[in-house]
Amino acid sequence: MTVLRFDDVTYRYPNAPQAALRDVSLEIGDGEFVVAAGLSASGKSTFLRAACGLVPHFHGGQFAGRVTTGGLDTREHGPAALAAVAGTLLQDPETQVVLSTVRAELALPLENRGLAPCAVARGVEEAALALGIGELLDRPTHELSGGELQRVALGAALAGRPPLVLLDEPTSQLDPVAGDELVWLLRRLNEEWGTTIVLVEHRLERCLAAADRVLGFESGTVACDAPPRGFLEWAVECAPALATPAARLFARAGLRPAPSGVKQARATLRAHGLLDVGAPASPEAPPARPRRRRLRRRSQPEPAPALAFRGVWHERSGGRAVLRGVDLALAPGERVALMGRNGAGKSTLLRHANGLLEPTRGRVQSAGRVALLLQNPNDFFLAARVADELSEPVLARAGLAALGERHPRDLSGGERQRLALAIVTGGAPAAAVCLDEPTRGMDRAAKGALAGELRAAAAAGSAVLVATHDPEFAALAAERVVLLAEGRVIADGPAGELLTGGWYFATETARIVDGALLPEDGAALLRARMTLEVHP
Amino acid sequence: MTPRASALHAARAPIAAAYACALVVAVLSFEHPLVLAALGAAIVATGALARCARSLARAALFGVPFAVAIALVNPLVAREGLNVVLRLGEIGPLGHLDVTRESLVFGAILGLRALLVVLAGGALLSATVDPDELLARFRRVSVRSALTAALAVRLVPVLGRDARRLADARRCRPDAAARPNTAERLQIVRAVATGAMDRALDVAATLEVRGYATPAAPGRGRRPPEPWSRHDLAVAVSALALLALCAGARLAGVAGFDAYPRTELALGTAEWVLAGALVLVALAPFAERRGIEP
Repeated sequence: MTVLRFDDVTYRYPNAPQAALRDVSLEIGDGEFVVAAGLSASGKSTFLRAACGLVPHFHGGQFAGRVTTGGLDTREHGPAALAAVAGTLLQDPETQVVLSTVRAELALPLENRGLAPCAVARGVEEAALALGIGELLDRPTHELSGGELQRVALGAALAGRPPLVLLDEPTSQLDPVAGDELVWLLRRLNEEWGTTIVLVEHRLERCLAAADRVLGFESGTVACDAPPRGFLEWAVECAPALATPAARLFARAGLRPAPSGVKQARATLRAHGLLDVGAPASPEAPPARPRRRRLRRRSQPEPAPALAFRGVWHERSGGRAVLRGVDLALAPGERVALMGRNGAGKSTLLRHANGLLEPTRGRVQSAGRVALLLQNPNDFFLAARVADELSEPVLARAGLAALGERHPRDLSGGERQRLALAIVTGGAPAAAVCLDEPTRGMDRAAKGALAGELRAAAAAGSAVLVATHDPEFAALAAERVVLLAEGRVIADGPAGELLTGGWYFATETARIVDGALLPEDGAALLRARMTLEVHP
Repeated sequence: MTPRASALHAARAPIAAAYACALVVAVLSFEHPLVLAALGAAIVATGALARCARSLARAALFGVPFAVAIALVNPLVAREGLNVVLRLGEIGPLGHLDVTRESLVFGAILGLRALLVVLAGGALLSATVDPDELLARFRRVSVRSALTAALAVRLVPVLGRDARRLADARRCRPDAAARPNTAERLQIVRAVATGAMDRALDVAATLEVRGYATPAAPGRGRRPPEPWSRHDLAVAVSALALLALCAGARLAGVAGFDAYPRTELALGTAEWVLAGALVLVALAPFAERRGIEP
């Protein structure tokens, strides 16, 4: 049975120069787990909004074709009517929760459907049980963390057990643990209840293993519609920015088929006898690089740190201690990733770097100005034109000169991040550049570009400290990783050591090939093992 | 908010809201200092018994400066009263200014009333009444108005957080002063207003996909009448009794007070009885402890 059907759908937002969806035709069957992938502005979120009726009823614009959701034609039924057959979870958890208690939030969609009070109460209990949020039911929503808010919003989307659930990047604001848990929760709902899941996601390595089918969007069209392995084969060939690290690892090592997850990848390697081979470390393997660097550092006098936290404590008045004696020093030109689960104290530590917060004990030292880029680049935009935010030479240096007449909020995610970074640095090198979760909602290409900019800043002498939940980005952007937990530094070492050998704070490549951090390193190791196998 | 932390929490939302409103009406009905003091004591005791004394204290932090401002402004703008206590002479646009004892007393009374309104109508109401339940009941009367109210209720704290984040981001600019000047403040306000549109659209989209605009379905809004609990009855009777006492006292001329030209107030048995009765009636619902969670 088909629960979602698109027939030649073309859609253009009001005043948009081009269509966001072009001639999209597809069918999604009952009980499928479908992932929609694509670069930013490729049309995947619009696809989701068309499925739940927000397009065209809420956004307006020009709509052609037909979308049938749960048997209802979206041209005749608005989002409210479609809510009975499709639960929808949009991106920002803060605006996804409307009422002031969790119980009321879960009850709202059921009450809107006119269910009897006992049915509402039962639906609330079942949604809470399914998502493990029973203990949150009577909590005020303003007290919840981002992950808890996202679960509550998902509970509201699931209350009443709609046959179809549509989710737009639900893990973008969650730490790796909470993100993985959410994806597996969706898989469980899919397997146990038969709920059809359509999930828009940038971090494909997180969800492809759970998916039955992947839609690859390009410029508003569905360029690929295949099972995960088929999609990855296509991505490696035609859209490398969409290929997961595991797929890139296999492609570079000359192995096929591309694996949809760690389990498949390891099984394939095991079958080829490439796993647990006691091969000597390849000269290209990354752990060797930090070791050389450390030796060099020991033989040279320690340079004065660009940024140093000396026994920094931060205790909230009447609350808990967020930072507990953090000692951390960054040398000029050093690139450090700050990782840890939600609430570990990463953002609070960064806010001490440039004086937004004062330590309650300890001190922060810097060799000059510290530029701090906060989580949401939109917060930095006060003017209506890009050209009014910065001088012309600074815009030119940031590569944004051509966008001077645009409104800052109309830029793409990567462009906004670049503009915000130029605003906080003022176009001049700073002693240290700190970034708080800069990759939220960014596609892989934009993340790669940002990592390049950070490397350039470090090459110019700035120390770089970036708080991130994304191990792939940390591996790309940083040479050293600091792990925070409960406000304490619990691990501090080279990226090659800290991002390998773990479950959550590890890259996908590291979880497949022990000792490798990035697909290029892993492929080199695998090629070395293949050589060993051929010439024992 | 603990659902059954007190009789006020246990009562249904419209009744608890009516109780808070009755206290506000009582405060606005009288200028007599003894009665206002009694109502103040009743509000503070209600807050303590409803376990929201902390909320009242927080509200007082904002309310007291507001009350003091009113108390100070009244003597400067009032031109009445016979007992001059301070001759300030000609003061610019205010003209000739004499501060009278009557204007000082009445300023203090106005300030006290403002403070009590903030405590009863703001802090007590928000700490004891479930806004979701209130909205859900109001929605049956007017869907669109309730939608607007839901958006506003949700957006106020969200926009407050946005403003704090924008102010922090402004401080991250290399040329930023420690405190923003007026032009920079205006820029932040404008950016928050721009962001408010985006936020409002996001929240509205969420409400849409939660089915808020669904046309009335069979059974919707026809929740079977719930029997009144003893707490519903006690709080409702208390609210009605407060209103009746106010109306009766006004009609009977009890607790009369004249601010000008000379401060005159009745202070007989009737006033003491009225003050005591207001306190007793306001606190009576809290005597019933059955079903209240520790």
